[in-house]
Amino acid sequence: MSSVTLHDVRFVEPEGTRNYINHDFGALSWLLSKDHKRIAILYLFSVTLLFMIGGFFAVVMRIELLTPEGDLLTSDTYNKFFTLHGIVMIFFFLIPAIPAVLGNFLLPLMIGAKDLAFPKINLLSWYLYMIAAVMGLYIIITGGVDTGWTFYTPFSTQYSNTHVFGVTFAAFIVGFSSILTGLNFLVTIHRMRAPGMTWYRLPLFVWALYATSVVQLLATPVLAITLVMLMFERVVHVGIFDPALGGDPLLFQHMFWFYSHPAVYIMILPAMGVASEVVAAFTRKKIFGYGFVAYSSLAIAFLGFLVWAHHMFVSGISVYSAMIFAFLSYFVAVPSAIKVFNWTATLYKASVSLQTPMLYILGFIGLFTIGGVTGLFLAAIGLDVHVTDTYFVVAHFHYVMVGGTVMAYLAGMHYWWPKITGRMYPEWWARLAALLVFAGFNLTFFPQFVLGYLGMPRRYHAYAPEFQVLNVMSTAGASVLAVGYALPLIYLIWSLWYGRPAGPNPWGAVGLEWATSSPPPHENFHETPVVTWDAYDYPAMMKAMGETQNV
Amino acid sequence: MLSDFPLWPEQASTVAPGVDALMTFMCVVTGAVSLLVFVVIFALAIKYRRTPENELAQDYEPPKALEAAWIIIPFIIFMFMFVWGSWLYFRIQRVPENAIDIYATGKQWMWKFQHTGGQREINTLHVPVNRPIRITMASEDVIHSLFFPVFRVKADVLPNRYKTMWFQATKTGRFHIFCAEYCGTLHSGMIGWVDVMEPTDYQKWLAGGAEGSLASQGEKLFQKYACNTCHTNDATGRGPVLAGVYGTPVTLTDNSTVTADENYIRESILNPQAKIVRGFAGIMPTFQGQVSEDDLLKLVAYVRSVGAQKTVVTPVESPSSKQTSAGSPLNPGAGIPPQPQIEGKKP
Repeated sequence: MSSVTLHDVRFVEPEGTRNYINHDFGALSWLLSKDHKRIAILYLFSVTLLFMIGGFFAVVMRIELLTPEGDLLTSDTYNKFFTLHGIVMIFFFLIPAIPAVLGNFLLPLMIGAKDLAFPKINLLSWYLYMIAAVMGLYIIITGGVDTGWTFYTPFSTQYSNTHVFGVTFAAFIVGFSSILTGLNFLVTIHRMRAPGMTWYRLPLFVWALYATSVVQLLATPVLAITLVMLMFERVVHVGIFDPALGGDPLLFQHMFWFYSHPAVYIMILPAMGVASEVVAAFTRKKIFGYGFVAYSSLAIAFLGFLVWAHHMFVSGISVYSAMIFAFLSYFVAVPSAIKVFNWTATLYKASVSLQTPMLYILGFIGLFTIGGVTGLFLAAIGLDVHVTDTYFVVAHFHYVMVGGTVMAYLAGMHYWWPKITGRMYPEWWARLAALLVFAGFNLTFFPQFVLGYLGMPRRYHAYAPEFQVLNVMSTAGASVLAVGYALPLIYLIWSLWYGRPAGPNPWGAVGLEWATSSPPPHENFHETPVVTWDAYDYPAMMKAMGETQNV
Repeated sequence: MLSDFPLWPEQASTVAPGVDALMTFMCVVTGAVSLLVFVVIFALAIKYRRTPENELAQDYEPPKALEAAWIIIPFIIFMFMFVWGSWLYFRIQRVPENAIDIYATGKQWMWKFQHTGGQREINTLHVPVNRPIRITMASEDVIHSLFFPVFRVKADVLPNRYKTMWFQATKTGRFHIFCAEYCGTLHSGMIGWVDVMEPTDYQKWLAGGAEGSLASQGEKLFQKYACNTCHTNDATGRGPVLAGVYGTPVTLTDNSTVTADENYIRESILNPQAKIVRGFAGIMPTFQGQVSEDDLLKLVAYVRSVGAQKTVVTPVESPSSKQTSAGSPLNPGAGIPPQPQIEGKKP
């Protein structure tokens, strides 16, 4: 069997058929599009813009932290910058990035559907996102907010004199965008699968999106409720969280983390899904332990709801509840470990190609592993007392969210870029960028583990002089990282005009999205695919393709 | 030697070596496993790299038993971490019996410390070496977090209740105090120093800064706020007798019992209707908003002091009287030599 058959596909359009990009023209045809692929492109523009804004805050903060004194920004500006960095990156980039861009584009393609179940709701969710983003930008320009993205009470309700109401309202709205996306995906996965696409034939990215959607649907309303209560207390002075009004500040932390811990899984589960897709494609092998990987996503989604108070070990919860939450936190680490081991085992006797998406995913596995195991440190509650609220925590969650989610997002963008645009990007530059991102990331964040253990608290505008060396290393790393992130932006745009045409299946990957043209036609498939093979089943897939060719 | 490891802060408390030992264990175990994963990935990626002869993966699956192995083995390791971490947490949370009491108030953006002898200091804390210190703390505004990196302890400071933390310093010297919970504009300026001193130096320092013990200041407030009109020393008052109450169970109107600890006393001052002692009418007015956190601590210290005396129902010595009992009136038998009261001046 020659490799050529791998690149042949079944559902390619005849030459000259219009694709989703040239199917219709004009700004309104995009802004009012109900095509999941076009909405994904709208999201792509928006989250990229917001990522750059969030990144700007990070860069200025890192420059400020070059010296122990707070000399570049005032303390208030610094406080606003880390708050806005957190809010923009979490609510407007990390949560929507993979589901709303890659998930939106790929979910119907992967299951052989023409669109999502609710195309209009899909468009609505983008508009909600944009309304919230515009509100957020307006607030940034008119003064910002300084509560930290965690909005802890009573600081946020009674003491901060910045735009807390506006920002929480924006977060409230963007939450509904997230809920609608989750709902849409759940219904789509349940109802829109192509004939023969059984649950156990679903690509693991779809399993991951399914688990993510469950969390989005169940956890985000709690955030909405919490933020409404916060706004209520701030504006009408009803005592809910503020002790001066008879409330309890710890209640806010419980409610906030009941959403915000599962939100971490909203960010990382789709990233794990991308990793499974890329590992399978660049090893040409079925992911080892497909069922374990699929169910571990669901296990993470479920257990993720039971560990919120591990953010509160020094906040004043009882010793016994601390123990219970620590115990459950170790539980949730098991399914994550399963995934890492399964990806590793998939490489055995595989055909490994180290092209750009795979480089990013190997980086993802490394960084996510470090992020994951340092989570074990934080769940060791006696140790957590020392490291919580220090840079150790900052390093830990950046390893998970940036080292994990952003690496996987970039892997996915490179992997599916030929499908989305029909063009290849320059491989050499892409590999260089992947290496810069990996190196820059580690140089930025690894020293922060040490800083944290030495005792540097987070959210410090000025710090003790003995912490300077590690901070300088971190800032140096951040500049490398910034170059690493800027490069793909340049060469991916370049490739739109000068990239070599990709063809339907440049990687020789299996999966229905590779079985249609690049870019895909408006209706995805000109005939409804019938699935007779398991996910990543290279031999069966090629056999099916061979039969098609004989027809 | 752990303490020579330059990447770690000084070990200056009894729990610090324990925390660092767990940290070492975590680093070694997770480092080894992570490294193993990285090496295996690297080796497999090279060995099975795609070549013209290796265009397709081999049709081979590792044995399924592997799945069970990497579910069960990590879980066992995790449980070991859990038990060790929890054991350490218990050690950090359980306050030794003979601890010296110090009271702390966090406010935007400073730390105020009060010693039972009445000495007050801001952003500096003097403590004796080799003695357990218990800090009872509350916030005047937002949530803060009192963090001593060299002692490896921190605890959030809440505006609506007392929390306690403790440490026993093992080294003399001057170490950082940080606020670890973001609290507004000058969060990074809410820092200070803890001065760990030899007991004799500590005594000298204490002698320099007395303004009357905390409890005796509380007694004055007890009169100022006219608490003593109802809370009399015999059973004739309209309120319960407070002597001997501290630390004992109190029966409430609904027949439930609570222990009269700092938080109960605090609540009874700020929100007297919440838990009324059986046999009394809920006639006490609230003092919410009238008593500052500093004064609350003094009142609590006073109630504690009369509670600690159990049998003797007389209030503590006034600040002018010669104090001869061992330790502070709040903590009889705490083992501190008598404190000569010199002119009250802050150090």
